Amino acid sequence: MTEGIALLTVFVLSAFTGYEVISKVSTTLHTPLMSGANAIHGVILIGAIQVAGRAQGSLELWLGLVAVFLATLNLVGGFVVTDRMLEMFRPRSARRNG
Amino acid sequence: PTWIQFGYLVVAVCFILALKGLASPRTARTGNLVGAAGAVLAVVLTFVSVGPDHLLPILAAILVGVAVGVVAARRVVMTAMPQLVALFNGVGGAAAGLVALLELGEVGDAGVPAHLATAFTVLVGAVSFAGSVLTFGKLQDLVPARPIVVPRFRWVYGGALLLTLAAAILVVITGSVTLAAVLAVLALVLGVLLVLPVGGADVPIVISLLNAFTGLSVAASGYLLGNALLLVAGTLVGAAGSLLTRLMAQAMGRRVTTILFGGLSGTSTQG
Repeated sequence: MTEGIALLTVFVLSAFTGYEVISKVSTTLHTPLMSGANAIHGVILIGAIQVAGRAQGSLELWLGLVAVFLATLNLVGGFVVTDRMLEMFRPRSARRNG
Repeated sequence: PTWIQFGYLVVAVCFILALKGLASPRTARTGNLVGAAGAVLAVVLTFVSVGPDHLLPILAAILVGVAVGVVAARRVVMTAMPQLVALFNGVGGAAAGLVALLELGEVGDAGVPAHLATAFTVLVGAVSFAGSVLTFGKLQDLVPARPIVVPRFRWVYGGALLLTLAAAILVVITGSVTLAAVLAVLALVLGVLLVLPVGGADVPIVISLLNAFTGLSVAASGYLLGNALLLVAGTLVGAAGSLLTRLMAQAMGRRVTTILFGGLSGTSTQG
């Protein structure tokens, strides 16, 4: 039960943190921020590795490998596409500032 | 071991700094790189601590994922980026759902809280997957972008919602893998129904909402696996994504409820 409370504490504090850190985002950054946040939940890859690494039958293994593949796609594709968005974004904002 | 947990804590801080960086024009690109570095560290730590069986197939699956992900993200034209993000978000939701299903199958009867986390992960992950694929279809013009209202929608939506809830409750009580698979299928239908009535112009906001959904489903899978990093990362994205959804809607002068259900009452944009 204490572990449950510890995890609940982590959950509540993370929720406030996620809310606070982006509360002052500028409108132009909405899409890259969405994309970056999207990449972060791709870290489900570590859960996928865990279950695939424990798989017993071949069906379980295949499903686990599919999960690993999909999670990698989310994680890697997410960060790369966010970087590309920001690549285009930077010169424009530099021009506006300078 | 403790040092692995410590490493996961470093990763969690990387993710917080990534979100913080992404919220400001000057630091956005660095923020994204910090997030990516954190993710790499997380994967390495996991391989070291878990020492998974089937190492080669897993590495192969990761390699294929990296190749497809990088090529897709590098080649996509600027205007098609939102739908690619939607697709990446959807497959993340699908991965979370699969992880929960497999965990249930491998561990077996794990008690009501674990069953609840499983049902939540499968339900929300599958809704996010189906919804995201449909938003991809709408933006890519594979599906008409205008709001689509199914005939007798009150009955269809009510029925789908009740069936899904019933299946979720049964999963929580019994912890049956078969029922969890049924729940996944019902949730896929629900995800499609959720996005069908959304007009094309509002689709980006729905992608943001589904992004928050995937975050929450990842958080629940973190509880299920007893992995604090997944819990933190998923919750961060769930919370930031929810706020972002509201901010995006505000910037367009719309309300999230109107965007989702306006099509059903005839007040949606005609996309």
